[in-house]
Amino acid sequence: MDTALNPNHIRFLLDGALWTLVLSLMAFVGGGLGGFAVAMGRIAPSRIIRIVVTGYVQLVQGTPLLVIMFVTYFGLPTLGFSISPMFAAGLSMTIYVSAYLGEIWRGAIESVPRAQWEAAECLAMSRAQRMFKVILPQAIRIATPPTVGFSVQIIKNTSLASVVGFVELTRAGQLVNNSIFEPFTIYLIVAGLYFCLCFPVSLLSRRLERTGSARARNLEALSA
Amino acid sequence: MSIVVLDNVKKSFGAVKVLHGVSFSVAKGQVMALIGASGSGKSTALRCIDRLEQIDSGRIEVCGHQVADPGLDLRKLRLDVGMVFQSYNLFPHLTIEQNIMLGPVSVKRIPRPEAKGIAAEVLAKVGLADKVTAYPEQLSGGQQQRAAIARSLAMQPKVMLFDEVTSALDPKLTGEVLRVIEELARTGMTMIMVTHEMNFARRIADKIVFMHEGKVHEQGGPEILTAPATPELRDFVSNEL
Repeated sequence: MDTALNPNHIRFLLDGALWTLVLSLMAFVGGGLGGFAVAMGRIAPSRIIRIVVTGYVQLVQGTPLLVIMFVTYFGLPTLGFSISPMFAAGLSMTIYVSAYLGEIWRGAIESVPRAQWEAAECLAMSRAQRMFKVILPQAIRIATPPTVGFSVQIIKNTSLASVVGFVELTRAGQLVNNSIFEPFTIYLIVAGLYFCLCFPVSLLSRRLERTGSARARNLEALSA
Repeated sequence: MSIVVLDNVKKSFGAVKVLHGVSFSVAKGQVMALIGASGSGKSTALRCIDRLEQIDSGRIEVCGHQVADPGLDLRKLRLDVGMVFQSYNLFPHLTIEQNIMLGPVSVKRIPRPEAKGIAAEVLAKVGLADKVTAYPEQLSGGQQQRAAIARSLAMQPKVMLFDEVTSALDPKLTGEVLRVIEELARTGMTMIMVTHEMNFARRIADKIVFMHEGKVHEQGGPEILTAPATPELRDFVSNEL
């Protein structure tokens, strides 16, 4: 039995890193769509929609992602749905990310000065026109740095998918370790790979934050 | 014929009563100046006319629209009413031309080339023909306010409301904005302006409404500013001039 770390192991870990990336993208796309719906629901004119969506956000934010994974992967099959680890992980991440991104985006939308809504209203624009032509373009600028920052959390949190048997980077590390038992080396490599995935994103986030805060100052001066 | 009528309008914000039964009317083509101390309710009265605030009781009629009617199509009301704010409220992510074209294109469905023509026309009116491609942040306060007036004009409203539009500007910039408004008054536009510029009000307004503690305290022609009938207006005018 081969007990030393060899290129095959490294390839296996890199494969895992690729799946981490795939799951992160799924989470970002799914969570992004869900998050947009959450943001819209949180500021909806209808009280009932606001209450329901706020409840959803509270529920998800008050639940560990790990438990959400358990509920989808182990719970849904008991209701007769058969689901793959990947689907369970993607669904759980989508649920989790949509609650957080939704709140980040709601904050960004609400930080566009009230007067901008009024100005658009006075031009006889409909609610949808005001939202899409006036408010969202400004909110997107405000929301970009924290959104990119949160993407780092998404990448790191995909490691929890290892518990439902989805072979992403962490699970790949566990599997390699099970065969050669060199935990220190292997998990250092795993940590290094996570860092390589996250660092460029957090770098981007910091850069956006710098340029963004300059923009925000301009915006403030404008509406003062 | 009155184009704007307020009849016994009352409005509170929570426990604070802001309007205690305000009544006045503005005829077509008239320029009305709404004056009064801070907190007298003049800005609130103006905002109620465009339903930016809903009134508690009373009646407001603007160009035939019953403004307080909960079933009113607000967009129809706002096609007839233009509003200019103290803080300009241009859209910072759009150029001046885009700011002006947004209403005509997205609300009135005017084709872009035609809307571009409208933008050029209103910008020329306010003396900003060379600022088409500029962003709001690149303009001075006075220029931004003139662009905001142009944006409102591009919708061809029947009534224009001005809410302390020069209060954020220094005297020189105030002058350039007031000249634009004066020009507009001369074209026969019906206007209601909340203002602290007493000399300006006296010069261009056909009608002065003085508000005091949420009520119309005195109203009349511009001559009431030089010969006030009530001690409150006398006090107010002597402090402002």
